[in-house]
Amino acid sequence: MTKYMDQTGWALTLGLAVLIVVNFFIPEWFRAILLLSLARGSVALGLLVLWRCGLISFGHALFYGFGAYTVALIVKYLGITDVFLTVACGVVVAGGFAWILGFLLRRYRGIFFALLNLAFSMILYGVLAKLESLGSTDGISLEQTTYLWYEPEGAANKTTLFFFAAVMTWAVAMAVHHYLRSTLGYMTTAVRENEIRLEYLGYSAERAIHVKYTISGLVGGFGGAIAAMTIGHVDPDSMAYWPISGDFVFIAILSGTGNVGAPFIGALLYELIRTYAFEQFPGIWQLIMGGTLLLIIMFLPNGLWSLVDRWNQRRKERNRLEARAQEEKA
Amino acid sequence: MDTELLLIILIDGLVYASYLFMVSVGLTVICGVQKILNVTHGSLYAFGAYLCATILIFYAEAGWPGAGAFVIMVLTAIFLGIVFGIIIERGLLRFLYAEDEHIIVLATFAAFLILEDVLLLIWGTNPYIAAEPLALLGQTDIAELPFDNYNLSMIFLSALVAAILWYGLRRTTFGKMLLAVIYDRELSQSMGINVTKIFLLTFMVGSFLGALGGAYQAPAISVQPGIGVEVIVLAFAVVVIGGMGSIPGALIGSLVVGVARAAAVHLEPVLELFVIYMIMAIVLIVRPQGLFAPAKARKI
Repeated sequence: MTKYMDQTGWALTLGLAVLIVVNFFIPEWFRAILLLSLARGSVALGLLVLWRCGLISFGHALFYGFGAYTVALIVKYLGITDVFLTVACGVVVAGGFAWILGFLLRRYRGIFFALLNLAFSMILYGVLAKLESLGSTDGISLEQTTYLWYEPEGAANKTTLFFFAAVMTWAVAMAVHHYLRSTLGYMTTAVRENEIRLEYLGYSAERAIHVKYTISGLVGGFGGAIAAMTIGHVDPDSMAYWPISGDFVFIAILSGTGNVGAPFIGALLYELIRTYAFEQFPGIWQLIMGGTLLLIIMFLPNGLWSLVDRWNQRRKERNRLEARAQEEKA
Repeated sequence: MDTELLLIILIDGLVYASYLFMVSVGLTVICGVQKILNVTHGSLYAFGAYLCATILIFYAEAGWPGAGAFVIMVLTAIFLGIVFGIIIERGLLRFLYAEDEHIIVLATFAAFLILEDVLLLIWGTNPYIAAEPLALLGQTDIAELPFDNYNLSMIFLSALVAAILWYGLRRTTFGKMLLAVIYDRELSQSMGINVTKIFLLTFMVGSFLGALGGAYQAPAISVQPGIGVEVIVLAFAVVVIGGMGSIPGALIGSLVVGVARAAAVHLEPVLELFVIYMIMAIVLIVRPQGLFAPAKARKI
């Protein structure tokens, strides 16, 4: 294995290949669910980066909203429909705000960090819902998107968007994975375990947190941009309101922090559970979601990825025992 | 700005502040002792409002004296406080005290989602209106504007609750044990205080206060789905502004938020939606622990 392709790298690439092949065999509604999972999984990936250092944000819809609204506003006011440009702007704007807020938020830990994020996301919600020029509560509809010189029509539209989103998400996940394996990335765990000792080693915990917060904002903005194009419409209630932040935390808990691929699996599972619960039991879907969340907290506190970890450990253990048995035989 | 408008803002603000205090004081009590932000507090408020409205509608039909309605509110709240105290604290939270604080917040959030649907299953989606006590107390004209006496009475109720809590905490044995547990849980346990019992009782008292807030508010509003969500978000903001676990903090936080919101409504309605979060963000920036919470040392 080379420096850039470890086990996770190969698994992510395999996932991308599967998505591209699967695209030709799935109905329209399932493609929409997959697209939304990619978008929301990206935001949950941003939460994972923070969670690794023991921080959690109850207001990550802030960056989701920034990403989505930047795309919508550029399309509406500047008439630019090229996705590469709009998505890049969404990511940069969300990341920029994360960088600015980071100067403040890096001083906070625990529940205060979570709630200050919530406060900022609610301020954004208030601004979006009240200002007429930002679409108010009705939101803004997006026009047809274009890809450089290519302007897909009809069914090709969704397929192209799906390819674009899948490839970009793959790139984002790979980038985050490599960040987490760098020295700065490994500092996440050190921050969580003991900040003061880390500082005695000569690193600044606040600086490490600031970098992580900015990354998490960038990734969150990317998720928002993809979501805006998937839904084709942005409004404050579905992009910046606090239950949306709650969804992201739910996905993050469901997936666990073990691997950068986990949030995407978690997001897909979350969308499936919610769609199914909403279809089959419209009266008690919140009850089902709440029950699922409780069961996970109680019995799988490290998320779905802990199942994979456990399975890996058991396999290693078995290999070790087999090797010893062979030695004894010889 | 003329004095009349100022007076109206002040009274509106005071009424709103007393409502905020009633819903946030229970949250801050639980937060101080158990160190958890209890999202189910919103459900307690909603259950209090629904149950009280239902009983009041029956009560009004039976034609019994109107003053009895206030007894019903208190009894409803006590009943709900005990029942939910046992279900949530014994049935859920006690397994989670060792976890991170945000994990506990999420667990109570999950319980809140479940309770929201339980509310819908029991009471359906139609609004309940039980306005007899509101009519009973009549109106007062202040600055040529009619104010419901019932809403004004809320100011006295919250002052009463604040006074009782202050007395209970500072002057009774139970209150002193509670303060010891707040200060150092392990040490007070080793001194022979039954922390498990204190936790359960605190949770019951906090839940009672939440349910009382809902029960007392029920005649003044139309009781409908979604009132729990609204309350919990507001109460969170107030508790964070005042400092988690501080009762004077909840009082000051409610006053600040209440008056600021009233001012926004009368002067610049555009600001109404986020004035609360603006204050919350500013307070957290200036005083990260909230206005009244003591500073904590960093753990090594």
